[in-house]
This record gives sequence, C-alpha cells and structure tokens, in this order.
Amino acid sequence: MALNRKIAYIDLTTGKIETRPIPLEVRKKFLGGRGLDAYLLYNHTKKGCDPLGPDNTLLVSGGILTATCASATARTHVMAKSPLTGLLGSANMGGFFAPELAWAGFHHLVIKGKAEKPVYLFIHDGEIEIRDAAALMGKTTTETQWAIRKELGDEDIKSMVIGPAGENLVRFANVMTGIKNSGGRTGMGAVMGSKNLKAVSVRGTMDIKIAHPVDALEFNKKFIDQITSAKVNQTQGTLGTPFIWGATNSWGGIRTRNFQYNQCEYADDIEPERIDEICEETMGPYHMTGCFGCQVHCRAQYKIPSGPYAGKYDEGPEYTSQGAFGGEPDCKSAVTVLTGNHLVDQFGMDNLETGSIISWAMELYELGILTSKETDGLDLKFGNDEALLEMVERICYRKGWLGDTLADGGIPASEKIGKKSFDYLIQVKGMSNLHSDERGTPALALNIATSSRGSDHLRSRPAIDLYHLPEEVLRKIYGNPVPYDGPLSSEHTSYEGKAWEVFWQENCYMGVDCLGICKYHTTFLGATLPNFEDWSKVIYYNTGLEMTPREIWDVAERCNNLERLFNLREGLTRDDLKKGDTLNHRYFDEPCRRGAPDVIGAHIDREKFTRMVDEFYEHHGWDENGVPTAGTLERMGLEKEPSHLI
Amino acid sequence: MEKILMINYEKCTGCRLCELVCSVMHDGISNPARSRIKVMKWEQEGLYIPMTCQQCEDAPCMNVCPVKAISRDGDLGFVMVDYDVCIGCRTCVAVCPFGAMNYNRTDKKVFKCDLCGGDPQCVRFCEVKAIEYVKADDISIYKKKGAAERLHAAQKTASALQTAAA
Repeated sequence: MALNRKIAYIDLTTGKIETRPIPLEVRKKFLGGRGLDAYLLYNHTKKGCDPLGPDNTLLVSGGILTATCASATARTHVMAKSPLTGLLGSANMGGFFAPELAWAGFHHLVIKGKAEKPVYLFIHDGEIEIRDAAALMGKTTTETQWAIRKELGDEDIKSMVIGPAGENLVRFANVMTGIKNSGGRTGMGAVMGSKNLKAVSVRGTMDIKIAHPVDALEFNKKFIDQITSAKVNQTQGTLGTPFIWGATNSWGGIRTRNFQYNQCEYADDIEPERIDEICEETMGPYHMTGCFGCQVHCRAQYKIPSGPYAGKYDEGPEYTSQGAFGGEPDCKSAVTVLTGNHLVDQFGMDNLETGSIISWAMELYELGILTSKETDGLDLKFGNDEALLEMVERICYRKGWLGDTLADGGIPASEKIGKKSFDYLIQVKGMSNLHSDERGTPALALNIATSSRGSDHLRSRPAIDLYHLPEEVLRKIYGNPVPYDGPLSSEHTSYEGKAWEVFWQENCYMGVDCLGICKYHTTFLGATLPNFEDWSKVIYYNTGLEMTPREIWDVAERCNNLERLFNLREGLTRDDLKKGDTLNHRYFDEPCRRGAPDVIGAHIDREKFTRMVDEFYEHHGWDENGVPTAGTLERMGLEKEPSHLI
Repeated sequence: MEKILMINYEKCTGCRLCELVCSVMHDGISNPARSRIKVMKWEQEGLYIPMTCQQCEDAPCMNVCPVKAISRDGDLGFVMVDYDVCIGCRTCVAVCPFGAMNYNRTDKKVFKCDLCGGDPQCVRFCEVKAIEYVKADDISIYKKKGAAERLHAAQKTASALQTAAA
C-alpha cells in the first residue's frame, strides 16, 4: 500500500535513525510530498535557524501517488530553510529517485544535524545506512552517482547528489539525480553540503499494493490519452521546453541583457528548431527521454557538437537554460547554451540562478559598478560567451573575488558590491526571476511576486492566461472545485480577476506537488489537462483513500498557508524589496522596448498591482499585511501550529 | 494468428511505464521487481533497451525444465509455466539467453511474459511505440521498410552532397 510507506528521521550528528508510520489523519490533512514537507519544516525547524547550520532540517519526499499506477509520479521534493533567501527553501525534480524511495519503503525523510565527516545515506528495502563518502568528495554529480553504483555493486541504485557547488556551499547549489533532473531552486544542495551529506542513495524492491488495480490501470490509460492528446504536450515531446522559448521570444517575453530588453534579437542559433537539429545530429531521430512513467518525454538528449566540451553527453537544454545562457547574457550560440547547461548539471548548480546572477554582473560591468579589478581581469561584457562560461566555473569553485561573491547569492553580493547594484538585481525574496519578462502580463507578475519560494513560475503561474480562452472556459476551470463568480478576464493585459487565477493555480500546483506528479500533467501549459476532480479518482483507485475534489483543494490551501506561516516566521513582510511580495522597480518604471504590439511599451502599474496583491490576500483570508487571520487558521485547522503530530 | 512483441529500442524514452503496468496487470502491485519486461539502461550514453521474452521456438527454458512445467500456449504461442508442476529449481532462469525468465524472492516463483492473454499492457501503454505486438512473420517486413528508408535517406544526402560539390 502507498499509505504504509514510512517516514524516517535521520540525525547525522548522532547517527540515530528512527522510522515511523505516517498516520492516516496526517495523510488526510497534508497528503504527502511538498504539502507534508511544509508541515514538517514548520514543525521541525526553529525560528531564525542558520540555513547552513546543523539546526536546519532537510526534507526529502515522494508524493502520496509516487510509484503507484498513476501517471508520471516521478517527482522528488526537497525542502529546508533556504540558504539563498533565508525563507522557504523548496525544490522539485523529476527522474527516478522518488519511486525508488517508495519501493524502498519510504515516502518522507527528515534529515537533521551535521555529520562529522562526509557521508552518504543508503536506503534499501526498509533499511537505512550512513556510509563514508570520503572517496566521493570533489566528484561531479554524475561521477558521484556512478561511483556509488560501483561501490555497492547495483546498477539500479538511484541517488540524489550534490556536485562541487554543493560542497563549496554555493548558495544556489542544487541537488541532482540522473543526468539532468535537478531540484534546482533555493540552494538545497548547499544545505546538503552544510550537513556533510554528499548523496542519498536508494534501492527498493518492496511491493506497493494498488487498492483497485483494474480501475487504476484503466484510469491511467485515460489520463495518458488526455495528456498526450494535448497539443502542447505533443510539442513538448518533440522539441522539449525550448519550444516555449521560441514562442515567448518572438512575442517579446524573454528578458535580455539582464532586464534591458524583453526580446533576444538575431538568436536563430538558439531557437528550438536549431537545438532540435543538434540533438538529432548527435543522438539520432529518437532523442527525447522522459521521467518515470511519463509519456510526455520532454527532455532532449544531445552531445555538445564543438568547443572544449565537444562530445560530452547531456540532456536538455530546457527553457531555463536557453534563457540563462542565451537571452539574459545576450549570448546567441547554441554551443554556449548546451555547454552552460552541461556545466551546471555537472557542478550541481541552479541554471536559472547562475545565468541570472551572471547577467546581472554583466550589467553592473557595463555600468562601471563592477570593473576588471573585481572580475580579476575577465571582460564580463554582454555577449561574451567565454566569459559567461568561465564565470560559471568561478562561481562553482568560488574562484576570484567575483566568483566567491556571486556564489553567496544576489542580495549578499549586492550588499558587498554596493553602489546601487541592488537596483539592477532582478529578484523576489532573494531569488532570481526566471528569464521570462512579466511586464506585459499582470497575472504572471503577481505570480512571481507572491510565490512562496521567491520568484518562481512553478508555484502559481496561470500560464493559460496567455491563451485568451473564452470567459466561459475560464469559469469552468477557475470555478472548480470551489465556486467563484467574481471577475475573470480573457485578456492577458488586464488586472481583472487575475488574483483569483493566481490563487487557484497556487492551490492546483500545491495539489500536484502533494501527489508527486508532474505539472505538465495538470492545468499548467494545457487548459484541458486534469486537476482536482480527476485526482480524487486517481487517489482512490491507487491508495484507497477517499478524498473529494474539495478536500484536496482544502489540503492544498492548508499547505500553502503553512508555507506562508513559515515565511512570516522567518521575516517576510509585504513591501520588503528583499523579503516581500513585490517586484524590482524596473517592472513598474521601465516599459518594454521590444516585441509585439501588446507588449511594447508595457509595464506594471504600481497602483493596480497593489490592488491585485490586496485581492490575492483577500482570497486567502489573509490581512492587508499578508498574514493569515485567526479565522483563516481555524478554518484550515492550523490554529495550533506547530502541532507536532509527526 | 501468432503474434510477438517487437521492440524498437531506439524509440524507447526510458520511462519504464511498461515495467509499472506489467506488475500492476499481473499482480495488482507496483514493483518493477515483478515486471516481466525490464528496461536496461546506459544512462551516461542515453541508451535504453527494453528486454523481455522472445517466446523462442526452440525454447531453452522449456527444453531444460526437469519436470516439464514449461509448455507453449496453443492459441497465442507464448511459453508458459505451470505452477502446479514447477518445483522452483530456477534452471530455466539460468539457461535463458535473454534473462527473460525471472525469479521473485517474495513469492518464491519464476515468472515470465505471458503476453497478458493477447493484450500486452506494455504495448498498450507505450505511446512512442518502442514495443509493438505484431504478427511473427511480419517483423522482417518492418525491418526491411526501416532499412529501405535509411538507404533512401542516405542516397538523398549523397546526391545533395554531390550537387553541392559540383
């Protein structure tokens, strides 16, 4: 049974390991995955703890559906207090790790303390060992994974690991599994590094009994047909996420030269079709790969065609790498994008944060705020591909003054650099914005401003807002499973009803993350994809747990409130430029300079934005400062947090 | 009509959904250790090859079984194990040249592909068609066609290069 997967508490300081069942009442309140992790984080960390100290708690989990006969239950969730933002740290990755963890008997790991010397965990069929990792130190993410398989003599072991960036406590180091799957954001790799934890390896052969196998199998088939029939997923399965880059760039939604432009011109070499050509040339006609049980297969395979890393195999590059190593630094070579992608994969660093922070430094260099003295002679100008790739390595190994400075993340770096450098840092809550430009889309701007883990598109982005769906279709989507009859607008430039869309998507994505499935399988890029109603069935068929769509919505809302409570406890205040629900001034003050007619000249209206945030808080039952009211907490059953149920 | 599983591993994305649905279909349990099909992987090269029973004509497992527990199904032509007769000696596991005869430690039984009684779930769920259920004597036709396409493509490239050179 999925419901009998356990939770393990691992204290790396003392070496004490304890495993316990997860009570059904806890499942009903938080389901699993990110939702239950949010509960555990709020309950198992003390206010103000040092994110890189032994008191921070690292949570690793699969969702309630992980490894069941539901579609694409590949996602692993990782949570801790973030060393990048000082607020909620949370990252989610695909691959094959979480299902293997579930077959090894576990859904949740609570990792505390700090090992005296480098270690890794080996979890297999209900057993947990802490093993010496001395021989793994300094190895890249893939070297580490293959070395563990060799040491333990089992090719089927799946590991989530850190690379040199995590060991060097780069504050946006990620955790990785496989070639490309990254728990990229908020520096979870640095948390592992701070605990002297190089890897968590799993191998499982334990049965997960499916509650209603025939129904589960049939429903999975229906689910898959629905998912693969969506045009957007067919395109994902052919071109991968780069297709989004192509469409967004031609429209004018790609930030370029840090934040100077909203479109990367003359970028034919990094268009999705060109990337696809390289994948085909180097890997053959069938070069798409996928995560566990997924029929979208959105990840391309490639070998770097030329340059110093020619012939190296990697996967991707996805949308984010195109922005990070293409548009933002204004580099227009596919080889640079493919190489940058490969370097961060090997080093174990968030591609988004890396590209974004280097592009910021490039703008500072252009402005003279940084000079060749700070860059140790590196000509860090926009469009300098070699300098970009050199800087990636300097950050990973903290080489030179600037490498070491940027490795601490944007806000600490801006404080060290001074001279108005902060004004140019495109971030929310200390985490860099994705390279998409939200000035022409108020709903998307609200999404990144209020996202619980800092600027992020995967917490609440109403991407379908761009499709101009008829209002009745929007009402059908956004009016379930809780009724909504307030304003809604099909117009993406409007501020009307967008707060509700963002609120709805926030709950939808939390739901997905509690189940452990991928966002491409829900209302994210495709308007016709499954959500709450289908989840109710899929949970029942696979686990036997009866949850109505409304109850799943309530779980999601409850867990989002827990994340909010955590952020508030760690110092979030509404208008704080470094820790609040707001945007860099350039969103309000600098109109878009390129793009389609609906984008050119666009910027976010400060007053309307403020009203949108007000509405967003109202939908949540939060006061004007964004704090959940006593009534809201009671409605959610959170009035006694921390309640230490588990 | 005898049909068999045709695997075109180049198309495999490595998602292992076939392993999942195989174990759910047969045992009502999710566990790749119970799957009749297994995707062998060389992740560092991006190479994935699904492996399952070939339903051999002159099946070594059938030949070697000391108690004659292994026979061929008359309708669908797959090789099957009679558990009332099987003594669990695992000689069939040892002798199979493809590793297609498996052993499950929990149930203490050997197990192999039975084509799901004519509706193989691995095929049904493989959207990229890396595995298909086709008439046994048609496989070479598909192979011929694939090879012919490659020949044609090569010829076109060659003539394009020739034109460019001229």
